[in-house]
Amino acid sequence: MERNESYIKKLVEDGIRIDGRPFDQFREVSVEKGVITSAEGSAEVRIGKTHVIAGVKMGTAEPYPDTPDEGNVIIDVEFVPFASAEFESGPPSPEAVEIARVVDRGIRECKAIDTKALCITAKEKVWTINIDIHVIDYDGNLFDACSLAAIAALTNTKVPKYDAKEGRIVCEPDKQLKIDDLPIEVTVYKISGKLLLDANAEEIDSTDARLTIATTKNGDLCAMQKGGEGYLTSEEIKTAVELSLKKGKELRKLL
Amino acid sequence: MESKLLVKEKELVIPGDILAQGLDYLPGSGCYREGESVRSKVLGLARAKDRLVTITPISGIYVPKPGDGIVATIIDMQSTFWICDINSPYDALLQLSEAVSEYVDIGRTDISTYFDIGDVIYIKVLNVTKMKNVTLTMDDRRAKKLLGGRMMKITPSKVPRLIGKEGSMIELIKNHTGCQIIVGQNGIVWLRGEKEALASEAVKMIEEEAHTEGLTDRVTKFLGGE
Amino acid sequence: MGGKVGAPAALIVKGKRLDGRTLEEFRKIEAKAGNLISTDGSGFFAFGNTKAIAGVFGPRTLHPKFMQNPRKAIIRCKYAMAPFSTGERVRPGHSRRGTEISKVIEEALSSVVFFDNYPKTVIDVFMEIIQADASTRCAALNAASMALASAGVPMKNLICSCSVGMVDGKIVLDVGGKEDNFGDVDTAMATIGNEDKIVLLQLDGTLSKEDFFKELSLGLKGCSDIFDIQASALKDKYATNSEGDENGKE
Repeated sequence: MERNESYIKKLVEDGIRIDGRPFDQFREVSVEKGVITSAEGSAEVRIGKTHVIAGVKMGTAEPYPDTPDEGNVIIDVEFVPFASAEFESGPPSPEAVEIARVVDRGIRECKAIDTKALCITAKEKVWTINIDIHVIDYDGNLFDACSLAAIAALTNTKVPKYDAKEGRIVCEPDKQLKIDDLPIEVTVYKISGKLLLDANAEEIDSTDARLTIATTKNGDLCAMQKGGEGYLTSEEIKTAVELSLKKGKELRKLL
Repeated sequence: MESKLLVKEKELVIPGDILAQGLDYLPGSGCYREGESVRSKVLGLARAKDRLVTITPISGIYVPKPGDGIVATIIDMQSTFWICDINSPYDALLQLSEAVSEYVDIGRTDISTYFDIGDVIYIKVLNVTKMKNVTLTMDDRRAKKLLGGRMMKITPSKVPRLIGKEGSMIELIKNHTGCQIIVGQNGIVWLRGEKEALASEAVKMIEEEAHTEGLTDRVTKFLGGE
Repeated sequence: MGGKVGAPAALIVKGKRLDGRTLEEFRKIEAKAGNLISTDGSGFFAFGNTKAIAGVFGPRTLHPKFMQNPRKAIIRCKYAMAPFSTGERVRPGHSRRGTEISKVIEEALSSVVFFDNYPKTVIDVFMEIIQADASTRCAALNAASMALASAGVPMKNLICSCSVGMVDGKIVLDVGGKEDNFGDVDTAMATIGNEDKIVLLQLDGTLSKEDFFKELSLGLKGCSDIFDIQASALKDKYATNSEGDENGKE
């Protein structure tokens, strides 16, 4: 609500958050894996009242011409209309597209999945991993919730058996999908010149700028996305990177 | 901070350029204050009068202000008012009471008998609200319907150049082309007369070269003068 | 980057990149303003073979009415790649990549435009990549920034954009095509004028935080250089030897 925007900004200026949390504290985070039995892998993540479910479905397809011996990972984010009065039914909004692509880059750039291991027959058949992340309840911080759900679902994924002779999937979950890294995305939000973690929906409306940073097991950075109509100084970006590394380590334990 | 003007008169500046430092200098049209500096908001020519710094923009749309004399076209009407295109993202309203001084029985009269859709008028801007609701009035000795002729559009910020000091430039064109010419503050120019084509070429030339030196001489030469 | 089809053996040899540049050198840059005839403002920007054209209409009336903001202007940005701009033809029409890039560019430009001056209107910014060789969104944003200025849209400052990256373990400025495909990290950045105020930042690739901080530093410097280039392009186009004007003789 717009009326609350200036109220929240004033509170933050005075060092207070509307729900009383410290600036660097997340709301309660829960990760539950294997919640969807019809999927090859799945995870349900809650951060405060934000609630998302990610499901992994595996299929086969021809490889892309420039990667003939590699499988594919496709990530989609759906803002289900009942998650918020602001969400409309229809094709993905620019916001949903952005989140999907940023989650994708976090997983892709650190090579969390060995795409060569997804090859069935070079130039002919490879595995395609479809990760669909559905937002069930929206109360802010979707980048973090969606990326956590995606990587959690991947660690839960079993690759079905593919019978090359018969040319089809034999529907038995076979071996665990090998995951080589555990990228965690943490978004830092700038309100009234201060940096906060895990903004809820109201705080997001008061945000000048945000920076989503993906970090790896080894403490490297593998993806970043700045958003919002404000700006960040290089000092603020450096602080955000430190916050993200620290928080990423904590969140990784939930996987 | 000591107050200092940092630009020369008529220097070309871009958005963000720091024009003056110190709170003594005030940001006028085309400028904004950041901290203790006055900075430019637009691409244009800087000017400073006393302590007020302003920018004459090179380009930009017409934003109506009360008192402007403009060339407008009637595009719609209801029973007691007309709606006009004033070459701006904001349409303008002309109330019957501001257009006609005699009594009009609106029950029996179709107001298109006064102004019809498509009519071109020279008219004055009466009021502009904060939400950019614009009203016009014919209550001005120069206001009238413009019949025949042709219209041209120029960048509104170049209107002063086209008119010239005390009308000198526009008189130059009128004299050499035998045309009636009316220049609206909104960038719409209406011409009618013997050599409309020549006059419109001269107007185009002035618009394109508004920011250069020696323009009056070149225009005179172009029009066939000495 | 072993293993990728078509990867050259090395991207940097003796401090020189594939196209002969040093690590902190831009490709040949071309910047122009006022290049289109029908728009209110326009810009052109090229980094080497990457070429972008931008056109601005507005502020103009926004239809349908329900989309109008009664108190300020809104901005709509559309980034697109021409089908012939890349090696493999790009299918025309919406793409998710185009949607995302349009969004981040719109947010970057929004940081400086004075929307309050023109309630109920829309400022439309169209950008097209006519030739792509990496850093396309940076070229598009630079062109759009000049286009807005040439349209007379009031802004706090220009927006200046460039890319930085990591190639063969070294931090480089202005990532080129092969470096984008076979390098380690690609990062697009944009700033408000030549100030330390970052309005666009997108990073792909794995690197340490120390290397990232080096990239950030180099990127800020690069954006500052871009600012000088854009300023020159605008001043060249609308250059004046001082103006004779309504107040006096020449």
